Amino acid sequence: MNTRLLKSENIIASSMNNGKDVFLLEEGAEAQVRTLLLQKTKLDLTAPHISVKNLNVHLQKKHVLKDVNLDIPNKAITCIIGPSGCGKTTLLKTFNRLLEQSVDVKIDGHVFVDGEDIHDKNVEIINIRKKMGLLSQRPCPLPMSIFDNIAYGPRIHGNRNMKELSRLVENYLKAAGLWDEVKDRLHSPANRLSIGQQQRLCLARGLAVEPEIILGDEATSALDPISSKKIEELFVELKRDYSIILVTHTLRQARRIADYVVFMYLGEVIEAGSADEIFNNPQKELTREYISGAFS
Amino acid sequence: MRKFEERFFKVLMILATIIILGSLFMILVAVVKRGLPAMSWDMVTKIPSGGFYLGKEGGLLNAIVGSLYLVLGSTVLGLIIAIPVVIYINVYLPKKSFLADITRLSADVLFGIPSIVYGAFGFSLMVYFGLKTSLFGGIIAVALLITPILIRSMDEVARLVPKDLKDAALSLGATRYEIIRVVLKQISPGITTAILLSIGRAIGDAASVLFTAGYTDSIPTSLSQPVATLPLAIFFQLSSPIQEVQDRAYAAALILTLIVLALSLAARFYSSKFSKNKI
Repeated sequence: MNTRLLKSENIIASSMNNGKDVFLLEEGAEAQVRTLLLQKTKLDLTAPHISVKNLNVHLQKKHVLKDVNLDIPNKAITCIIGPSGCGKTTLLKTFNRLLEQSVDVKIDGHVFVDGEDIHDKNVEIINIRKKMGLLSQRPCPLPMSIFDNIAYGPRIHGNRNMKELSRLVENYLKAAGLWDEVKDRLHSPANRLSIGQQQRLCLARGLAVEPEIILGDEATSALDPISSKKIEELFVELKRDYSIILVTHTLRQARRIADYVVFMYLGEVIEAGSADEIFNNPQKELTREYISGAFS
Repeated sequence: MRKFEERFFKVLMILATIIILGSLFMILVAVVKRGLPAMSWDMVTKIPSGGFYLGKEGGLLNAIVGSLYLVLGSTVLGLIIAIPVVIYINVYLPKKSFLADITRLSADVLFGIPSIVYGAFGFSLMVYFGLKTSLFGGIIAVALLITPILIRSMDEVARLVPKDLKDAALSLGATRYEIIRVVLKQISPGITTAILLSIGRAIGDAASVLFTAGYTDSIPTSLSQPVATLPLAIFFQLSSPIQEVQDRAYAAALILTLIVLALSLAARFYSSKFSKNKI
């Protein structure tokens, strides 16, 4: 990295501490910040965070995932793209073993998270789920106050210290960019928040169990443009510390924030590679067609 | 001609509506007109003396307290059965489950069975176990009567709980048990409504307690003693030739009507509050 980039990184660091600063910067500088915010992470696939080997999933006798082999890079944003019904969500739900909640599921193959097979008999399912925060399509606050929503995860995992919980709640609400909007009404019901705020609340709630991975299942599709932009920016900030896997329908979103892209079609992974490779130089004809919008 | 038709049916509809509103009003007027003059402090604080059928003195305290005991006992017993059923068919069983459908159907059928049948069934149970008419017998018969109501009205709300909510709790690392707590919390306004509805039904039902709880002048001190209830206070005392005893029946009718009215208004209030909070 050259010195100019390093300097810009400092600007970002300070802007992250105080959201207002970004708007005080002069035009050119702001543009520079934005380009850097969207700077793609350098991918390192030698030590993937999640590694999928020969995964086959049957849902109600339907072959939904066909022989999936995939590596998900560490501390980067991976976008899974593809037309509806191609198995994106199923793949995502296999990662935190939520798929087993459905009826009549058959899972073959291996999913390694940090080198550990999550379907191994000795693996504690709760530890797997704790490693991953899930953001669903529609935000789903728990029927309790804002504070209790964030504190829910730490509490069920045994943290009862009120002082510590308050600190956690504040930290993660700040991390999700929601603190300033809700700090005066932490004890009012969470479902009174706007839907965009609810989604950030769910993100904060997920972060509070200290996961390593964030899973997003079309996490912005129910939100208005401004809210979804906020969420996208949060993802870009969070990839410093987390591996982020997003299922998305919007190609533009994948273009904006993805470091690594997985293209799926009818239950198969057609192509996976860095965002640059997939969007600018796809190897498969099908990928090329999908990227260019020939079908969706 | 068509204009005439239009007006004819409009008048018909208005008439029908007036009949409904009018009958509620008339019932209230009739109950208040006969009941209010009979109301006195003694009526709600004293038990009848000289026998409920012939004694001119005393009040309805035996029936008021008896009804409260009975309703409290049967609601608690009903909830102990209904909540696990609702949780089981909504949290443990998958969305399209044969067993859940059968359970719902049975609850619906049970819901439609006349209360005298519950009374007869409760009575035959008591005969089988060698029990006499008692508070305990009454509680069981009334619990049988209201459990289907509890199940169905809680189930209606529990079915609306989005799958996402369970997924959200699961992905935070919650166990099944912790999910149950979240679901119960989510449906708690529905549980309140269900309880209020079934109390309304339980307190006003005469047929199910006729053979099972019996009737008495005193307030029971144990589960094995018979117990008086408000509906039976009306039933037995109205047929008395003595004016004072008949007055007691009307006072009981007034008290019962007021309780049921208050409960159904409360249930309405809670359920409307809940529907506003839905996502």
